[in-house]
Amino acid sequence: MIFEQAANSLIPPAFPDAWQADLLAQLAEAETVLAWAEQDLDLQLCFGKGMLVLTAQRLLTKRAGEAEWQSHLLRDGLRLQQHDHAGVASLELFDAAARIAQWRYTLNHGPAAQHLIERFALQLDSLRSGQPVPEPEHAHCPKCKAELDADAEECPVCTREIHQPPSTWTLLRLWRFAKPYQGQLLLGFLLMLGSTAATLVSPYLTMPLMDEVLIPYQNGASIELSTVGLYLGGMLMAALVSWGLGWAKTYILALVSERISADLRTTTYEHLLQLSLEYFGGKRTGDLMSRIGSESDRISVFLSLHALDFITDVLMLVMTTIILFSINPWLALATLLPLPLIAWLIHLVRDRLRTGFEKIDRVWGEVTSVLADTIPGIRVVKAFAQEQREAARFREANKHNLYINDKLNKVWSLFSPTVSLLTDIGLLVVWAFGIWLIAHHNVTVGTLTAFLAYIGRFYGRLDSMSRIVSVTQKSAAAAKRIFDILDHVSNVPEPTRPVQLKQVSGQIELRDIRFRYGNRAVIKGLGLTIRPGEMVGLVGHSGSGKSTLVNLICRFYDVSEGAILLDGTDIRSLPVADFRRHIGLVLQEPFLFFGTIAENIAYGKPDATREEIIAAARAAHAHEFILRLPLGYDSLVGERGQGLSGGERQRISIARALLIDPRILILDEATSSVDTETEKEIQKALDNLVKGRTTIAIAHRLSTLRQADRLVVMDRGEIVEVGPHDELMAREGAYWRLYQAQARNVDTDPDDAE
Amino acid sequence: MSHTMQFQLSRNSFGRLVLESAEHGRHEGVVPVRAFPVAAPDKGIALVSTDGHEVGWIDELSALNATTRALVEQELASREFMPELLQLVSVSSFATPSTWQVRTDRGPTELILKGEEDIRRIGREGLLVLDSHGVQFLIRDLAQLDRHSRRLLDRFL
Ligand SMILES: Nc1ncnc2c1ncn2[C@@H]1O[C@H](COP(=O)(O)OP(=O)(O)O)[C@@H](O)[C@H]1O
Ligand SMILES: [Mg+2]
Repeated sequence: MIFEQAANSLIPPAFPDAWQADLLAQLAEAETVLAWAEQDLDLQLCFGKGMLVLTAQRLLTKRAGEAEWQSHLLRDGLRLQQHDHAGVASLELFDAAARIAQWRYTLNHGPAAQHLIERFALQLDSLRSGQPVPEPEHAHCPKCKAELDADAEECPVCTREIHQPPSTWTLLRLWRFAKPYQGQLLLGFLLMLGSTAATLVSPYLTMPLMDEVLIPYQNGASIELSTVGLYLGGMLMAALVSWGLGWAKTYILALVSERISADLRTTTYEHLLQLSLEYFGGKRTGDLMSRIGSESDRISVFLSLHALDFITDVLMLVMTTIILFSINPWLALATLLPLPLIAWLIHLVRDRLRTGFEKIDRVWGEVTSVLADTIPGIRVVKAFAQEQREAARFREANKHNLYINDKLNKVWSLFSPTVSLLTDIGLLVVWAFGIWLIAHHNVTVGTLTAFLAYIGRFYGRLDSMSRIVSVTQKSAAAAKRIFDILDHVSNVPEPTRPVQLKQVSGQIELRDIRFRYGNRAVIKGLGLTIRPGEMVGLVGHSGSGKSTLVNLICRFYDVSEGAILLDGTDIRSLPVADFRRHIGLVLQEPFLFFGTIAENIAYGKPDATREEIIAAARAAHAHEFILRLPLGYDSLVGERGQGLSGGERQRISIARALLIDPRILILDEATSSVDTETEKEIQKALDNLVKGRTTIAIAHRLSTLRQADRLVVMDRGEIVEVGPHDELMAREGAYWRLYQAQARNVDTDPDDAE
Repeated sequence: MSHTMQFQLSRNSFGRLVLESAEHGRHEGVVPVRAFPVAAPDKGIALVSTDGHEVGWIDELSALNATTRALVEQELASREFMPELLQLVSVSSFATPSTWQVRTDRGPTELILKGEEDIRRIGREGLLVLDSHGVQFLIRDLAQLDRHSRRLLDRFL
């Protein structure tokens, strides 16, 4: 025990418990554990648990699938190296002559391994120099490099990966949207109670009508008009009351449910807009549109019609049961006998139907997706004469839709008739039992008539209630798909403790950032500091990660590792909207919304005055061509609006960026898709824009970056060269080769020149 | 059509493949990359140098001599990681994100499915399941899965 205590103190508390005892047996006295990394694969890439531990003296490892620990003493010349491919990382230990050891693991163990590599390097340095390892002044999160508080166990920036599935009681979650209307809902419910009770009066009155009027008449007594009038009048009154209350109830509840679904729709859309580009990248437009559009409508219909009917039915059932039992318990028992059977049947089919309807929804999304894919790309479709193929694709999606529907309908079509059959049999039971009871003089004919009148409704409702199963499942499926959006936490979440930047000077620091799309590493350990007001030109051939870098700086995506800092503050701790307000973005393909030119220019600042709009347009060299349009600044652009050329659109988007007067300006191939003449025009507009702002410009034509303070040459997600034009030209490196290639007007890889 | 280039392949002490050819010279650390990993895994394999250039091309694996072929296959095996899903043991929920306990051809493991769109159709019967850490799980033929797995999977399709 004492031994364990002593050794324990050398193993950091965060070390995984499962390995603790195993490792203790291996450690020498007073051997300190510095870092560790778990593995989840063996060398044959089969799943299995392994561990690599760095102590002050050696690397200790127990590989997945091996029984024994191995140890590698630290010595000069050792080198650890990590790389990854297709979702699997490999860590290798080399000395000068050969590879000594290798470990494999999936990417979730990557950061730990990275941390171990860094500690390993420090440890070797200290071994070589004899100096102790310098203690870092601040602990840094191994994953994102954010500074950690001394006592913080987890990095506040990183601990937001949420893998909790939402609960399956999806429909009940709609309560969140119903809550604001609880007053109206209660009123509606009371009205419902009243109207339902009123409908139950008239079958009740058939009983005395039969026993006191009709039967005595048949036996020779005369009909007393006043009694008849009383009963019939009662029936009429009940009908009128039920009508009035029913109307009020339906109206109120329909209003409420419409509002609930409208709230649901807007909330979902608002949430959707907050989600990161990554989310939109993975979703298809048609699918999202159908979720927010038709599926919220389905929920509304469900609430206002089906759910309402269902509750009415349940109320009626309960009241009827009470009445029946109060009249004659035995007959009541016989009447209710088929009920459990039907309930069981409903339960049986429920599951199949639910999954079936969920499937139908998804297939429906597929059908709309085909449309949403094709219609925006119609130019390409026509240019390549692929109308037939697209039609076939649609037909295929429809066929799939049909198939799924057919399959479901098999179950569904059997379901309703079976319920009808059961209710018919139920009626038969009541008739038989009733006749038997009358024959034995226990019961009057009137009672039996009343029972039959009641259960006629009763079973009729059961049939329609069974339908609730399908609509409930349908709307539960719809609700689930909507909550799927609502539950999705943005990958660029708002900070929990937002930091406000009062004055932004525009310094951007990229601190050892890494980024991957899925398992594909696109930015690999990139560091750069951009001074306030500096203009940096990003160059490198297509696919080298320039746009990705810009996306990261704009926080359209969050870095996988490392950090981006604005004026020394991690951009993840700034409120997203506040941060973006400082950024003006001009893209290669400017997007104009449907609306007037003025509205498009003022998109980022809707309250801009006309003077401001015109000033921005002037500075963007857009003023004159706008004036040439028949409606000037009021011309409609965007979908079905006034057609504009690429250069004109681009200048409008430059004006848009100018108007918000951002501290940071990002130009991603802003002039690449226009001819040289227009480019000159745009270039002049840009020169206005760039003045005094931190600018990151990506350009394919290197000549457009002449006035950049520094040029950054990127290659495969890394920076290969940084410096001003002249210096880079003198160096005759990657930039020089790019430049030469363009001067010769051939587009070659920089590496090909080697 | 391109045909298999002439080259020699060997492995150095660092565990890296070394390619030598008249056309491209000597390259250390070349990696084989399948052009159609799913549709035609054994046809069309490029040998790519560390700086990302193609320095060799193999039309068909079976056309190589035994040693070279073994080298290429070893290297492919150590780079390719697409566990084949054999069975879904259980899922934490039918709503995503959902944690699945699965059995694969590389042993049992668990995966986190972030969203239904991370299950992608490949061809007629195949599915690709992308887990939250970027590992891709392959289901070659949906019809070959057992009933239980299929029923679980069905809820996500
Ligand atoms: N949304 C995305 N999903 C997956 N990969 C992407 C995505 N966007 C870009 N990539 C890949 O990332 C790499 C860098 O792309 P990008 O930053 O657009 O390059 P550049 O702007 O330098 O031409 C490319 O290989 C590209 O295929
Ligand atoms: Mg780009």
